[in-house]
Amino acid sequence: MAWNLDSDRPIFLQIVERIQQDIISGKYSPGEKLPSVRDLAAEAAVNPNTMQKAFSELERTGLVYSVRTSGRYITEDNTMIEELKSSIAKEKIQEFLILMQNLGYKNEEILALMSQTMKGAEQ
Amino acid sequence: MSTLLECKDLTKKYGHKTAIDHISLAIESGHIIGLLGPNGSGKTTLIKMINGLLTPTSGTLYLHEQPIGVESKKHISYLPDHTYLNMNQRVSEVIAFFKDFYEDFDEQRAYDMLEKLHIDPRDRLKSMSKGTKEKVQLILVMSRRADLYILDEPIAGVDPAARDYILNVILSNYEPEASILISTHLIADIENILDEVIFIQNGQVRLTSSVDDIRQNQGKSVDALFREVFRC
Repeated sequence: MAWNLDSDRPIFLQIVERIQQDIISGKYSPGEKLPSVRDLAAEAAVNPNTMQKAFSELERTGLVYSVRTSGRYITEDNTMIEELKSSIAKEKIQEFLILMQNLGYKNEEILALMSQTMKGAEQ
Repeated sequence: MSTLLECKDLTKKYGHKTAIDHISLAIESGHIIGLLGPNGSGKTTLIKMINGLLTPTSGTLYLHEQPIGVESKKHISYLPDHTYLNMNQRVSEVIAFFKDFYEDFDEQRAYDMLEKLHIDPRDRLKSMSKGTKEKVQLILVMSRRADLYILDEPIAGVDPAARDYILNVILSNYEPEASILISTHLIADIENILDEVIFIQNGQVRLTSSVDDIRQNQGKSVDALFREVFRC
């Protein structure tokens, strides 16, 4: 099944985000071997060179490392994965806050609404 | 990455009509390139010259630094926009024909792909739907171990679900060092598998760019850019 990618943003960036997400969610565990560029490109239905570019970017940030002749592995550095998780969380919260502010809510109101909704979800 | 195909100052005239107007471009090995342009822009003329089926009026065309000719046909696997196969033949007979004709034809690969697409090799071509015939032709073309695959409208006649599968067939069956040149109008369906796009219009190159550069710089898909550039 081809990956669901937006049509107006660079493909390699979306692949990077997707793999980051899969690492954070635990689909790939620390130290686990990633599929080959070609296999993952075929799965995602993207160009292998684009997948390669995404892998290089993940390597540059240290989230993925490559072992000569044997392939690419997920970092075993759990702190790095936790840091990535919290930085993405902050980003998403910022996006959400902007959306709510555009609807005319103030911060206190957003907070109140949030806890109300969360209580509702618990019941 | 080395240059696979190079055309310099290429021109093709049909009488007083200029179909290709001084085009110069190079294709590197290991890339998938979309050749995109409105109807009558010269895509098929350019493709036929690369395949040695039309002679340029002027200019040069080189594959592996050799002029296009008998030798280059061994390295280019071509899916034309019209079929040339004998409709009375069974798929298995066509495969035997291709195996006989092309030294780089991988019979096993062809049968594997047929099985995955649930096509019975005993069926005759004339008994098949338009879409199934197209699938068979694409399988034949992708079963060669060529350096350059040229696909003229490879997915036009197949349904959207099968398109995904066909793109997968293309992605998993070309040699890593080979390049693929795809001409199509269905840009949105294929843009994720392209490295680069070439826009041609009135026989001239309008734009060459990588897909991600277009998205990065313009904030829109290649499909959206195409609609804008070639707005009627």
